[in-house]
Amino acid sequence: MDMKASKKKLGLKERYAHLTRGLDWETSYQKMDDVFPFDKFEGIKIHDWDKWEDPFRLTMDAYWKYQAEKERKLYAIIDAFQQNNGHLGITDARYVNALKLFITGISPLEYMAHRGFTHVGRHFRGVGPRVACQMQAIDEIRHSQTQIHSMSNYNRHYNGMHDFKNMIEKVWYLSVPRSFFDDAVTAGPFEFMIAIGFSFEYVLTNLLFVPFISGAAFNGDMGATTFGFSAQSDEARHMTLGLECIKFMLEQDPDNLPIVQKWIDKWTWRGVRVLSLVGMMMDYMLPKRVMSWQEAWEIYFEQNGGALFKDLARYGITIPKCVEQVTKDKEHISHQVWSTFYQYGGVAAFHTWMPSDEEMDWLSAKYPNTFDKYYRPRFTYWREQEAQGKRFYNNSLPMLCQTCQIPLVFTEPDDPTKIAYRESDYQGEKYHFCSDGCKEIFDNEPEKYVQAWLPVHQIYQGHCFKPDVDPTAPGFDPLAAVLDWYNLVDGQDNKDFNGSEDQRNFAAWRGMATRND
Amino acid sequence: MSTVFLALQTNDDTRPLIEAILADNPQAVLREEPAMVKIDAEGSLVVRRSSIEAILGRPFDLQELQINLISLSGHVDETDDEFTLSWAH
Amino acid sequence: MPVVALKPYQGEVKDRQENFHGNQLLYVGWEDHLMFCAPLCFMLPPDLRFGDLPEQILPGAYGAHPDWARVDWSEARWFRSGRPWQPDFDKTLAENGLGHKEVLRFQTPGLTGIAGSCS
Repeated sequence: MDMKASKKKLGLKERYAHLTRGLDWETSYQKMDDVFPFDKFEGIKIHDWDKWEDPFRLTMDAYWKYQAEKERKLYAIIDAFQQNNGHLGITDARYVNALKLFITGISPLEYMAHRGFTHVGRHFRGVGPRVACQMQAIDEIRHSQTQIHSMSNYNRHYNGMHDFKNMIEKVWYLSVPRSFFDDAVTAGPFEFMIAIGFSFEYVLTNLLFVPFISGAAFNGDMGATTFGFSAQSDEARHMTLGLECIKFMLEQDPDNLPIVQKWIDKWTWRGVRVLSLVGMMMDYMLPKRVMSWQEAWEIYFEQNGGALFKDLARYGITIPKCVEQVTKDKEHISHQVWSTFYQYGGVAAFHTWMPSDEEMDWLSAKYPNTFDKYYRPRFTYWREQEAQGKRFYNNSLPMLCQTCQIPLVFTEPDDPTKIAYRESDYQGEKYHFCSDGCKEIFDNEPEKYVQAWLPVHQIYQGHCFKPDVDPTAPGFDPLAAVLDWYNLVDGQDNKDFNGSEDQRNFAAWRGMATRND
Repeated sequence: MSTVFLALQTNDDTRPLIEAILADNPQAVLREEPAMVKIDAEGSLVVRRSSIEAILGRPFDLQELQINLISLSGHVDETDDEFTLSWAH
Repeated sequence: MPVVALKPYQGEVKDRQENFHGNQLLYVGWEDHLMFCAPLCFMLPPDLRFGDLPEQILPGAYGAHPDWARVDWSEARWFRSGRPWQPDFDKTLAENGLGHKEVLRFQTPGLTGIAGSCS
């Protein structure tokens, strides 16, 4: 045998280069533009795909090894959680409602991210980004699966988590996260990378997976903590991919700058609007609070995002236009969104409630400029009404923003007593928006957003009832018909936490877990 | 100067990592939160394999970081010996 | 450019008036009363007498508010797309010039919500 052992082990950079480069070829029977039809129409100019630098040099062998290790840890914890009735260790059953929003509103986005990255992982003509996107596509399906597995333990005991696949396509507030991702996956591959890889992963997911999941730990939810951190450990890689992608575009051609800037402005704003749901989860749905939404915002958006935009300034990128507004809005949005779900809690797949005195004091302390002045009087009134047996539900359908699809609940940045209304006329039709940001997104691409599936309008058009329902029949109850179409059971999955089956069961089971009678 | 950060889960695997990172980066600030730590540092933060191995008393592959890493910010430069976060170019 | 796309296409306008069974949409917001978190969206026939809106329809929507009983319609100020506007209560929506997806706001002077908080 004269096989020689190599003198020296290859370094990480060389190993990575060997495993990710030179894997493809210039096609000759077919034109490259026919093989990769999607990577030019957005106007992004790429001259040398080999200039793509991979920040994490994770090769497939290492990837499988470490992902397998993460899975082993996660599933050991899920088993322990199940065997020890871990769900009874949480602070109180109100917390589970945050998980209901997570499984119905966030986990399906992980699956959509999987589809999106699979698509762009096919359509970039450079092999570097293709490899990176394919790995991310595998991560994303792992996230959706591990989240579903982890939360299935709760689904066995609590209401509202039974049909997330159906609900994401139907339920009014879930159209907010769904339309966000639909917008991204129907864009070209470069815009998708800015939308998801950069704005969502880099600027925004920290706010979901770091302080919120740390909050889950604080509330005794081992299962969510583990899937959350397990997912976020992949996000660190995804964030660097998003950042690399943006640098790559900006370094390839100066003409790319205005296109990239427009996408950053758009997707930062789209993300900010979607995250208002997470703001509410942090300030209202964690019985034990780690930090306020505003504090989390300041750490993860203002400080970390700020450092990032300072760094990108060398390419001519300016901080997203919306930053001035969101700096004002951060003191309001969680309260405004919780007010919304409280009053439309009759058509939600989770329970809502009014904060206790102690919780209101915490909110006052965290939001000294806004809570007592604008929100405490409303909440106090609602509590009084509830005590008199008149728990407030809004029984009329709200006006929705054509772009973000959130009801027009947000106030003018400089006047928290006035709802912000914006509108545009396009080809003889009126369109309405919650903000300058959403209006501008529409005005840039009206042909895309005229197609929006707005739940309120769809209900009026008669598309949100089961096929055998006759809306003209005497005594027809549209709300009941919509709930039935959502596959929600009135009085069980929806309405106030006080008096709910979840509340009763949790109290009874916890009693059984701590006593022998 | 902008701040970079590294967030890690708190467990037996990460204790020696955190110790090594704090020793190698005098500018680093440790924030302890439920189930996690966040290490902030002005300008840059370096994770050195040799420092971790000295504490662990066994060989350590820096990519093992992946298992307990929660999040980070800054540009990543990764070699066999060092994992660096910075806003430098 | 109305859309960035691989090839020219036209989006389907999902909410054109003919999809609403002979009705039109009208959005209504009550200023300074954020207990109702957002303006409301009503589906109404174009030949509805305008006065039926405040007299017949809005009470069902806003009646839960303690200020509602004190609303004086002769004092109320109306805004259409944010600009001051004067409806004729005895004419229909169409005769008042209200088309599909118009947005009206009304302000009720002296009424500023729960404990004056504009809630």
